[in-house]
Amino acid sequence: MAFFKKAIDRLTKGLARTREKFVSGLRSLLAGRQIDEDLLDELEERMIAADMGVLTAAKLRADLQTAYKERRIAKGDEVIDFLKEELKKYWPPENRGIRFAETGTTVILVAGVNGSGKTTSIAKLAHLFRQQGKKVCLAAADTFRAAAVEQLTIWAERVGVEIVKGASGSDPASVVFDACQAARARHSDVLLVDTAGRLHTQEHLMRELSKIRNVVSKQIPNAPHEVLLVLDATTGQNAINQAKAFTAAVDVTGIFLAKLDGTAKGGIVVALRNELSLPVKFVGLGEQPADVEPFNPEEFVEALFS
Amino acid sequence: MFESLTNKFNDVFHRMSGRGRITEDNVKDAMREVRQALLEADVHYKVVREFAESVVQKAKGQEVIKSLHPGQLMVKIVHDELVNLMGPVDTRIYYVSPAPTVIMMAGLQGSGKTTTCGKLARFIQRQGKKPLLVACDLQRPAAVDQLSVVAGQAEAQFFTVEGEKNPVRVARESIKHAASVGCDVVIIDTAGRLHVDEEMMQQAEEIAKAVNPHQIYLVCDAMTGQDAVNSAKAFNDRLELDGVILTKFDSDARGGAALSVKSVTGKPIKFIGVGEKLENLEEFHADRMAGRILGMGDMVSLVEKAQEQFDAESAAKMQEKMAKGKLSLEDFLGQMKQMKKMGPMKEILKMLPGVGSQLGDMKIDDEEIDHMEAIIHSMTKAEREDPSIIDNSRRRRIARGSGMDPSDVSGLVKSFDSASAMMKQMSGMGMRDRMNFAKQMGQMDLFGGGGKFKVKQRSHRLTKKERLDKKKKKRK
Repeated sequence: MAFFKKAIDRLTKGLARTREKFVSGLRSLLAGRQIDEDLLDELEERMIAADMGVLTAAKLRADLQTAYKERRIAKGDEVIDFLKEELKKYWPPENRGIRFAETGTTVILVAGVNGSGKTTSIAKLAHLFRQQGKKVCLAAADTFRAAAVEQLTIWAERVGVEIVKGASGSDPASVVFDACQAARARHSDVLLVDTAGRLHTQEHLMRELSKIRNVVSKQIPNAPHEVLLVLDATTGQNAINQAKAFTAAVDVTGIFLAKLDGTAKGGIVVALRNELSLPVKFVGLGEQPADVEPFNPEEFVEALFS
Repeated sequence: MFESLTNKFNDVFHRMSGRGRITEDNVKDAMREVRQALLEADVHYKVVREFAESVVQKAKGQEVIKSLHPGQLMVKIVHDELVNLMGPVDTRIYYVSPAPTVIMMAGLQGSGKTTTCGKLARFIQRQGKKPLLVACDLQRPAAVDQLSVVAGQAEAQFFTVEGEKNPVRVARESIKHAASVGCDVVIIDTAGRLHVDEEMMQQAEEIAKAVNPHQIYLVCDAMTGQDAVNSAKAFNDRLELDGVILTKFDSDARGGAALSVKSVTGKPIKFIGVGEKLENLEEFHADRMAGRILGMGDMVSLVEKAQEQFDAESAAKMQEKMAKGKLSLEDFLGQMKQMKKMGPMKEILKMLPGVGSQLGDMKIDDEEIDHMEAIIHSMTKAEREDPSIIDNSRRRRIARGSGMDPSDVSGLVKSFDSASAMMKQMSGMGMRDRMNFAKQMGQMDLFGGGGKFKVKQRSHRLTKKERLDKKKKKRK
């Protein structure tokens, strides 16, 4: 339980800055005001500014309007709590954790577009699992980008976990094959597979990713147990296309929302939940291995409207 | 999007009946659509608001009824206004004398700085300069290694100071080093940083102060959403940018960030990154970008690409042949190969207006062209000139020679027949009709359904009499 407490402290600290802004921003905007068109317009703009997308923003606006007509809310001050409750329903607690294997190695495949933050996010996850007392192994299957293997190797050393790697330019599927064998032989609890960044529009690269997934499932029963899509919190509406393409190729089970420590709100995950029912599992909040938190919808929603 | 936009405008103007000028009221309704298109393309909402205002002002008082298509006129106003906002673009790199010209790259984490450094080096080499790549990203693990590999690929000089922890010192040293190895351009790669990270932003300022770069470029991910304005503004405030490089443009992002960044910083977008290869850096064109943001497709790029690949003379010859309906399979293959040279089929189709958005998960197999080539190469010269002489035994021989099925051979002949018939028809049309015709073809789903040229129906087999007739004709 100590771990969870620490996690919550950290998240609160990480979001403190944004929350202050939020309290002074949105609450004062809403305080004592009637719910009218102007107010709804302002709210809709804020939602769009958080990258929630035109459709999702319009839907929430309509929900608000209905609630007002049905007299479930009456004043501006109640708007925040209403939206919070609405949005929290998007992420019920049961699907926010990692689905671990009952016995043997849990395999987590990590994918995403170039520069979304896969390698750093893997280092963070490795650190997190190690703190939970698990034996972690990394598979350096980004054999394409220059020095990607070196980058992951440095992280493995820093975090203190094992790593399986192949030569630069070698077939990533073969690296993953070796990694599965090694993880089983060494009785690792978790195998984290790093893949090369790829744009979702590159069909051949998406096929390569499917192949990696197939290799994993052949080697270890029921694997991969999780397929995480790493999404840059600054990404706009294109994230929907990304998520669709990656889900089609490797059946994504959750999102790692990286780089949430900037000014971007990552509101696109609301749209993703709305359209693809993809849950967010973790958020990344910095460059250090400890800068990872389990996703907390309440905090997230608070920050969204700041 | 482009079409829905035009239709929306047309609707509005139909309702206007009688009045000949655009007024603020009747255009406002139509602007809602524009606003949505821009927001979906990730243009910042404040920028969208200002933009909509200015379009309404521009459109007000314009006579639309005289022009046949008021909707098109409105789209044109919107398009031109977008081009105005993003252009004009000066993509030249100004080199200073005495050398070296110093270029500094900055941006958020994962925007693509290191890769872009390599691409820029290649670009500069093509202009006859010798770039030096300097590794000042000492933050991210193995970033120095990455730049050194990229420099190797670009065959450019590379500079780092072993064991140095301070990027400011590395930057300063690199200028001295450039002179000693005869490099006339210095490209400084810096660590990715958040614009709210005070310490890191200060470091960037210090690097800039130490080397006094002639150009500072912000590297920005084309997929960035509404936050693009915040980061771009912060970087511009601290570093006085000279231009912006948009990366990952080969994604299907509409790239509204381009407009946001331009309008908050006032700094031009100079280049766009369009692929993983070092050659994939292109100059920015405001008109093409405007089309992309509106979902209008990129006609200009397509035409330019085509012009690069087709030489005019052979095109004229082809035109003549097409008009007479005397196209041979050889010509057909030539055409296909030239299309292929322009890039993967899907990329080409994406650039066509109205087609791009429909492509979605459609699969277009470039292997088809290879198969066609194999089949045609297995034919005799006579068969290529006149595919109708291909009978069962010839077909079997060709199939064996090319490693394909006999049905593939007849499928190819069939599609060649219909293509040449179509071309004959098209060559008699004006440009306008031709466009319409092409549109209809698009709707016929020529490339859909797996795009196979296989058809169920077997090609017509000549009867013995027909064959004899043919032989007689030939003898004559």
